[in-house]
Amino acid sequence: MTGQNVVILGATSAVAERYARLHAARGARLVLAGRDAKRLAAIAADLKARGAADAQVALVDLALPQDGFDAAWTAMSAKLEDRVDTVLVAYGILGDQKAAERDITEMTRQLTTNMTSACAWLTVAANYLERQGEGTLIAIASVAGDRGRQSNYVYGAAKGGLALFAQGMAHRFAGTKVKVLTVKPGFIDTPMTDGLAKGGPLWATPEKVAADIDTAATKGATTLYTPWFWMGIMMIIRNLPGAIFNRMKI
Amino acid sequence: MRQPITSWGNLAAVEHEVATPAFREEAGLVLSSLLEKTNSVLAHGLGRSYGDSPLNGGGGLLVTRRMDRCHFFDTTRGVVRADAGLSLADLHTITIPRGWFVAVTPGTKFVTLGGAVANDVHGKNHHVAGSFGHHVRALGLRRSDGEVLECGPDRNANLFRATIGGLGLTGLIEWVEIQLQAIASSDMEVENLRFDHVDRFFELAAESLDWPYSVAWVDCLSQGATLGRGIFSRGRHAADGPRLAQPARAKLAVPLTPPISLINGLSLRAFNAAYYSRPGATFAGRCHFDGFFYPLDGVHHWNRVYGPKGFYQYQCVVPPAVARGAVTELLARIAASGTGSCLVVLKNFGDIAPAGLLSFPMAGTTLALDFPNQGARTLALMADLDRIVASAGGRLYPAKDARMPANLFAAGYPDLADFKRHLDPAFMSDFWRRMDRSFQTQ
Repeated sequence: MTGQNVVILGATSAVAERYARLHAARGARLVLAGRDAKRLAAIAADLKARGAADAQVALVDLALPQDGFDAAWTAMSAKLEDRVDTVLVAYGILGDQKAAERDITEMTRQLTTNMTSACAWLTVAANYLERQGEGTLIAIASVAGDRGRQSNYVYGAAKGGLALFAQGMAHRFAGTKVKVLTVKPGFIDTPMTDGLAKGGPLWATPEKVAADIDTAATKGATTLYTPWFWMGIMMIIRNLPGAIFNRMKI
Repeated sequence: MRQPITSWGNLAAVEHEVATPAFREEAGLVLSSLLEKTNSVLAHGLGRSYGDSPLNGGGGLLVTRRMDRCHFFDTTRGVVRADAGLSLADLHTITIPRGWFVAVTPGTKFVTLGGAVANDVHGKNHHVAGSFGHHVRALGLRRSDGEVLECGPDRNANLFRATIGGLGLTGLIEWVEIQLQAIASSDMEVENLRFDHVDRFFELAAESLDWPYSVAWVDCLSQGATLGRGIFSRGRHAADGPRLAQPARAKLAVPLTPPISLINGLSLRAFNAAYYSRPGATFAGRCHFDGFFYPLDGVHHWNRVYGPKGFYQYQCVVPPAVARGAVTELLARIAASGTGSCLVVLKNFGDIAPAGLLSFPMAGTTLALDFPNQGARTLALMADLDRIVASAGGRLYPAKDARMPANLFAAGYPDLADFKRHLDPAFMSDFWRRMDRSFQTQ
């Protein structure tokens, strides 16, 4: 496969960076969007060393772009001379559930970051790919979005909303050359989850998740649970009767 | 976060205050915050050192594996600079498709650049290429006082020589710049030759000096007329062929630690006899570099086969003048004990000035093997081996060690006093604590 033109929104996330490396090894041209100039520069240099034809940084507050979503998108696609093959929407925050329960401003902030803004990016990017006639759009949601749970339903609602939005978009573009992939990872060993107790078979590496995304995107899949066993786990969780589920402390 | 950490030998799980920064620019802050919570710190890569040199029990451990970014790769000159947490496995995927390979590789690719420097690792080509440190052009060293120094053969050269093989005790190695060697292909041309006695090993090694890579496997249980029988393996990079970072075959893994060691006298005797007699023992032809350099990387977590008590690795080097006698004596003592490991490595090092003050390789013959941990019996066996090594004027490899006496360490490393002047006061390891305590009580 030759190098694609790829836009990564939230390029400092561990999974996004591992995904970008797969493209870099194939000679891709990448735009890396995020807020942290130093980290993005380190990632860009690394991707070039790994074989990327180009890796440019776009400094954007993805949850609230200063000049609006359309203008920010136009600036990013212009860096790729107006040809975009793949867009990955990868940014997000784990958020403090307890704080969001007490504080409506905090709750709204979490929903805006993880869902509303992500849906805005999906919209501008999808319309762009539609005009272009083809392309792949990937949204990283979460297994947490499959059923609301006391421990993280604000995060779960946002990721679940994002997944539903992307699923609807996949329906909108069914039968066309625009592909929309919703990714639902389980636990991933990244800095974002360093506060949780880790270890055991449920934890995956960001490399593994990135490789799964790459395979699913290449195949034109619309939904991906990664690692694969989460599909079974979530089927059980979704179908547990409320009487049982509500007695569980999860 | 407090977490139990084990080294590759699985001898004990030790509590540490662990931090795993994702970006090099965080390293300074993470280092300070570890030092606020504990009184000492040590960098830790992929944990392939066997004993207590990668541990700092009760103290801080700065895990480097997420800091794995290249700063640049000059594909014309074969120079790469990268964060210290980059693994050789990852580096291979970057450099091999473009015709470059590390100048020196140890027997596993799951080591970080920082670990390769801190242990000044060696490979099968020591007799022509020296150790890893000989190919380091520069490195970035962060000291606990906040100073960040660029060190190289021409800048801060004394600190550089202390950091090469310095067991992570001179500060945090943040990045490493190395010179690679050009290769035409990822294939190797290999010749395997069976030998029926350790004497023949020395002859084969002498005949093979024009091969860049050479090493021997030894049947550690064979005695008498076939003492130290084994397979001599030599190789060179092929002059043509594909450039693939990974071989085509699938990975195996040891999924969990079995309740008892799977390596015992019976299984070992059966393995060694079968391995010695197998058709591959006289193979001559081509293979992918991965199988040649990293036979054990094909089985993830192979260290688990030794069971919950773990294992010791013993690696020594003895000088050329007495090598034949000392190696024969070592092998006879091991064979008489009836214990040992499937993989036993015998190799001649070249006469090349060491890259670092505490570098392990020196002119002579090195022997490396594992012993399942059987408590006092195993320690007594290794104490016997120590006596042979000491009287031969040899030394042991700290990266493999969990029990060597401090006087053997001091006798083997004449530059130890010079090295100590470069220690960073905030950096500490269980290995160094063990040595230091003994130095003070002597």
